Amino acid sequence: MDHRPQAWGRPRDDVYGAYDHSFMNTNSHPNQHTQQPLVTGTSVLAVKYKDGVVIAADNLGSYGSFARFTDVKRLHTFQDTSVVGFSGDISDMQYITRHLHQKSIEESYASSSANKKSRLSAANLHTYLSKMLYRRRSKMDPLWNHMLVVGFDDDEKPFVGSADLLGTTFTAPTLATGIGSMLAQPLLRTYAGTDEEAAERTKEEAIKVIQECMKVLFYRDARSQETYSLAVVSREGVEMKTSEKLENMSWAFADRIKGYGTQTV
Amino acid sequence: MSAMFSQNPVMNGPNYSFSDAPRTNNGEFREHRFNPYSDNGGSTLAIAGADFCIMAGDTRHTSGYSINSRMAPKVFRIGGSNSDQSDATIALSVCGFAADGNALRDQLDTVCKIYRYRHGKPMSVHACAKRLSTILYNKRFFPYYTHAMLGGIDEEGKGAVYSYDPVGSYEREQCRAGGAAASLIMPFLDSNVNFKNQYVPGSGVGHELKERERHPLSRPVVETIVKDAFDGAVERHIEVGDNLQMMVITKDGIEEIMLPLKKD
Repeated sequence: MDHRPQAWGRPRDDVYGAYDHSFMNTNSHPNQHTQQPLVTGTSVLAVKYKDGVVIAADNLGSYGSFARFTDVKRLHTFQDTSVVGFSGDISDMQYITRHLHQKSIEESYASSSANKKSRLSAANLHTYLSKMLYRRRSKMDPLWNHMLVVGFDDDEKPFVGSADLLGTTFTAPTLATGIGSMLAQPLLRTYAGTDEEAAERTKEEAIKVIQECMKVLFYRDARSQETYSLAVVSREGVEMKTSEKLENMSWAFADRIKGYGTQTV
Repeated sequence: MSAMFSQNPVMNGPNYSFSDAPRTNNGEFREHRFNPYSDNGGSTLAIAGADFCIMAGDTRHTSGYSINSRMAPKVFRIGGSNSDQSDATIALSVCGFAADGNALRDQLDTVCKIYRYRHGKPMSVHACAKRLSTILYNKRFFPYYTHAMLGGIDEEGKGAVYSYDPVGSYEREQCRAGGAAASLIMPFLDSNVNFKNQYVPGSGVGHELKERERHPLSRPVVETIVKDAFDGAVERHIEVGDNLQMMVITKDGIEEIMLPLKKD
């Protein structure tokens, strides 16, 4: 048997004649890089509070408008000190997390056992990932993700950073990617508009505003899902929950919405 | 799908009979539609005085109509001997595509640090200005999409401002506005720093007219001009606002001032 997958299912030469290779001239067409994301994840949200950061993302991997994968974990823990939340292409996410896993193994060998603390803070990890993304965009072969990196900076202060496929980076007390930057970010900014305000908020307040925003997103984001992951990063470590459900939803408003789609009355 | 395998094409063996490289409606290959650039808004301003130089920029970071961050500075210290840049003598401001701006800043800073290591002295603004031009021109065909400005004190102790286009053309100037609100701020500077179209009253008509004499401005006056320029820009440009970051460069080093701007 021919083990090359290229040969499988091909018309047999002894029946159909040899294949015309000018058809498949590999030099005539351009190198293909990711030109669009295929399986995608929607918004990621993150807020700072006085002793840490809360981050959330739902567990859906969409294939266009098709809710293809319903149990995709889009929050990834790094060395029990940081969490990275991914939106955008899921396969690129898997590539990056595989890479980060490798990095964390190398790092754990490098740091002595006496000093258990990770050398790479979330701020360092954010810089690392943004350089990785910027390098790939400069090769015109982007990693199609927008991610939030949360944890602590080198001064042990809560840190929330964003990095996207162009290598654009910024930090803020609250951040949201994708449609969350339209729907959730205004709500998050009423929770904490500045670092000073964020330093007065408790963990419970932070979790509550994130839950509210996930609910708002589920009401209006057509690429969202009811089950989501929520992680709290504090100085004690990462508290990751991967199958949270939205609570106390009310769809009473839904039958009052008029004027969309095929509805005529 | 065939593209998956075509990375290691079997030149004389069987392969898929079709090519699924994406094509346009005209049947031509659709090449990269990925756009590697974006615009992150914001505005910068630099004014040179007799023995000082002020580099200023707002701290708003935008994408389209969204505000990403209210505190994303775009004026940086360059070429200090340590990571907090406390002994730097040169400031760089970058406006436009922020990712390119950061890459440019990192590259210039590295160059200045290597210079300091090799020569045992900090780089002069004149030398740094030339090097920045070279760095920008090196990427002539995939440019850093930024309006860069460099400020410092020259060898004679005078304030120096250098401004650049994205591909490295540069010029030393008395003042320059860059970025989203450049077209709003620059005319104001022409009038208030360079005294353009201002003449001595009663000095005559036509060619007899004498221009109002230009003189280097004092630091309080320059600071006021910078604040007024940004207050004006914030009022009329949506991508400018939040905070005003000012770096005042004197022979004693760089002093950083952060002031609030309107957040609407």
